[in-house]
Amino acid sequence: MKRKVSLTVNGTRREDEVEPRLLLVHYLRDVAGLTGTHIGCDTSQCGACTVLIGDKAVKSCTMFAVQAQDADVQTIEGLAKGDQLHPLQQAFWDEHGLQCGFCTPGFIMAGVYLLSQNPNPTDDEIRKGLEGNLCRCTGYVNIVKAVRTAAKTMGGQTKQPQATAATAGGD
Amino acid sequence: MAVTQLVGAKIHRREDPRLITGHGHYVDDFLRTGMVYAAFVRSPYPHARVRKIEVTDAAKAPGVVAVYTARDFKSVITGATHPATPSFVAEKKHVPERRPIAETEVRFQGEPVAVVLAESGAQAVDAVGLVDVDYEPLEAVTDIEKAIKPGSPAVHEGAPDNICWDLAYAGDDVTAAAFAEADVVVKERIHQQRLAPTSMEPRGVLAEYDPYDKKLQIWMSSQGPHFIRLFISGALGLPESNVRVVSPDVGGGFGSKISPYPEDYLVAAAAKLSGRPVKWIETRTESIQNTTHGRGEIFDIEVAAKKDGTLLGLKVTQWLDCGAYTATFSAFQPCACLMAGGAYKWKGISARTVGIFTHRVPTDPYRGAGRPEATHLAERAVDLVAREIGMDPVDIRRKNFIQPQDFPYTQNFGLVVDSGDYDKSLDKALELAGYKELRQQQADLRKQGRYLGIGLSTWIEICGFGPSAATAPATGGIALVESAQVRVLPTGSVIVYTGSHSHGQGHDTTQAQIVADTLGVPYDSIEIRHGDTAEGPAFGYGTYGSRTLAVGGLAIHMACRRVIEKGRKLAAHLLEAAEDDVSYEQGKFMVKGSPDKAKAFGEVAFASYGAGLPDGMDQGLEATAYFDPPNFVWPFGAHICVVEVDPETGSVDLQKYVAVDDCGTVINPLIVEGQLHGGITQSIAQALFEEVVYDPESGQLKTGTMIDYAVPTANEIPDLVLGSTVTPSPSNELGVKGIGEAGTIAASAAVINAICDALSPLGIKHIDMPASPDRLWRQINQARATAGNGQKGVKA
Ligand code: FES
Ligand code: FES
Repeated sequence: MKRKVSLTVNGTRREDEVEPRLLLVHYLRDVAGLTGTHIGCDTSQCGACTVLIGDKAVKSCTMFAVQAQDADVQTIEGLAKGDQLHPLQQAFWDEHGLQCGFCTPGFIMAGVYLLSQNPNPTDDEIRKGLEGNLCRCTGYVNIVKAVRTAAKTMGGQTKQPQATAATAGGD
Repeated sequence: MAVTQLVGAKIHRREDPRLITGHGHYVDDFLRTGMVYAAFVRSPYPHARVRKIEVTDAAKAPGVVAVYTARDFKSVITGATHPATPSFVAEKKHVPERRPIAETEVRFQGEPVAVVLAESGAQAVDAVGLVDVDYEPLEAVTDIEKAIKPGSPAVHEGAPDNICWDLAYAGDDVTAAAFAEADVVVKERIHQQRLAPTSMEPRGVLAEYDPYDKKLQIWMSSQGPHFIRLFISGALGLPESNVRVVSPDVGGGFGSKISPYPEDYLVAAAAKLSGRPVKWIETRTESIQNTTHGRGEIFDIEVAAKKDGTLLGLKVTQWLDCGAYTATFSAFQPCACLMAGGAYKWKGISARTVGIFTHRVPTDPYRGAGRPEATHLAERAVDLVAREIGMDPVDIRRKNFIQPQDFPYTQNFGLVVDSGDYDKSLDKALELAGYKELRQQQADLRKQGRYLGIGLSTWIEICGFGPSAATAPATGGIALVESAQVRVLPTGSVIVYTGSHSHGQGHDTTQAQIVADTLGVPYDSIEIRHGDTAEGPAFGYGTYGSRTLAVGGLAIHMACRRVIEKGRKLAAHLLEAAEDDVSYEQGKFMVKGSPDKAKAFGEVAFASYGAGLPDGMDQGLEATAYFDPPNFVWPFGAHICVVEVDPETGSVDLQKYVAVDDCGTVINPLIVEGQLHGGITQSIAQALFEEVVYDPESGQLKTGTMIDYAVPTANEIPDLVLGSTVTPSPSNELGVKGIGEAGTIAASAAVINAICDALSPLGIKHIDMPASPDRLWRQINQARATAGNGQKGVKA
């Protein structure tokens, strides 16, 4: 039996009828049509499905869509403002922080959260902060570099990921 | 745009904007009208007879469209499936026929026995649980040492001894003199554990069949869509021209997306049977269980040397776990034997490879495929000798290196190493690592009972597969050349179709850099296309074996040169000059000596579509080329790893990793570094963390999720220090080699050598992979017990 769920995705209010067992990640991909959020495992290890709910990074395979009732969800598609990339997206590009790109949306979302909590992380803090995400291509070297670069660009003055996206893109 | 301006530049990747904004196109992102989802019923047993499959309940379950078993596929999959190429073992004793779905007997855990199609993915998975399969479990053998013992259960009737191949490349007569003259002989058994390739995007297939036009279209996460078209069209009895395979953005492959898989045939056939487009996306557990594994070998080696460190002879036996079938390219891995000599001169090398069947998923190439194993054994061998005679690992390497003046160097198996300067990369690595200081530090720490170790790997590899004469016999007929087509549009912009395939390597960027320089046209006016069999040249060979630049890049270069040649003829005609007097530089055709008489590339392109062409010239400006390389290419380098081992816990602290690599001319340093980072990390992961583990009794997979299969996180990998030397390859006009596998080929030996070096005061000479805390702790304790003094040299 389907249930109604209403939530905000990337600033747009949505209301859908979904099966109670539908995972949020499947909701985002199959119902909302936002395929930038990826699925890389069955056991919540890989982080490819990471999104922001409110100001927290969440692996969207770890919750049901109906649990996101009234939530404010942000996916990778909602991060850039028009042509203006989020500083972390820009940094992934500049530092060659991605190869196949499959893990990348999850890393960027986890990184946005990390920087909202710790605007000037050390390399060690970056590595620990991204421990919930796996990448098979980059050896993490340039991912760490990208987060470091973005921290610099963003001037270390952010606590709100969404505010970050709106204000810090111009550097 | 000036010639040679872009090659060598750190150009940021043009494929990134879509990928960093969530707008990539991976297989799972595609939808087709009327699409259904497939889920597979798989054997839970490594070996069993299938008595009966009852599908009635499943077929009635909500949303279920069809349930198919082996019998249903017989009318659709009419041709042979799962070719097994000869590769390096042309004559195999037994190559069992392999069908994509088991009918009466399952031979590995995960082998499909039925397929469910349903309106949603969840409904398909639900119904899988309702398919009732009556299995009679049979005795299984999941270990190669047991498999070759008399009386072991046979995986295939046709091979009662479980031997797939047994081949000596060179017998012991070749090494007899070397061993007779030896002062020291060391022996070792080296395990290469099974590894799961684990690309972050699992495999996936979406297939749609049009019964009216009899056309099959497949979207698939693959490294070589043309080969897949070849295999699937043959199996389904369709003309190759009626099948189109598209490999869109692919989330990593590492060799595991080259060969055809059961699901590739079954999803395509299910689309034909059901009349609906069918999508299947592998789950992670399915991936670790069913995607071919890498490595899975035991090497027995014997090394003969003089006491001054001169290497003399090497005997190698490779015992390779084929798994339950001979996978398409599994016979590639014996190249480990042919490369076992590494960067050194040997009087003789004897080598034998034995392929063995077990009740496990087949093994096939995984990043490096045979060459990581070769490096690992060569570098371990050299260190074992050095330890035996009390020589510094640096000195023994230098003493035995093939020298710059020796190139081209014909090595023991007749392969011609094209170029190298091994001392140079070693010098640079030693300097970057601070080798002398490290040795001092090690001595100081040892006095405090601490175990610091320094490990070297002066690796070489063979890549850029490869010359037609060598590769056509190895694939069973298709030479691994590469194709490219360059089309110049009337306004002068350029579309390049290439038969190679990018799954993270950034070809759209690097190939456009080559085109920009060769054609002298703006980078932004060049479009690179690949991954669609409906476009470009008739056949593309795909990306694996670090071949894309050294073979595919040259095909592009060659096609560009052909375009210029035609352009030059036309320009001469337009400029009323003799063809020989017209040169092409920086995007302009010019009459030599009168620089004002010139035609820009775009003008010539436009004219080529017009009237008044020279006699016999047809319209258009485009060219196709197939590049057949004269030789393989031979990258090399020197890696140094520094670890500290905690003897109380067995844990390894990877403190420093330095890599100096030489891949010839570099097109884009950013991409080269990225390839090295990823490759080194995968090899460190083999050395320290990863192993596919089966329960020895039940044959059940114990590492079926990412919780148990330890792909490292950012927290386990140190910052990697990279350096480079440049020795252009004489084998091609661009001087390029390959870099995609180099890191993986090099690193495991450096890590294990470092650990062995750290633990040498305890008398430990060899460590198997993965060097997990558990394994090291046991080995340390054993060594202490053997020494009869539990605390010898160890901090209290
Ligand atoms: S798909 Fe959510 S953590 Fe892997
Ligand atoms: S870029 Fe391929 S998995 Fe991270």
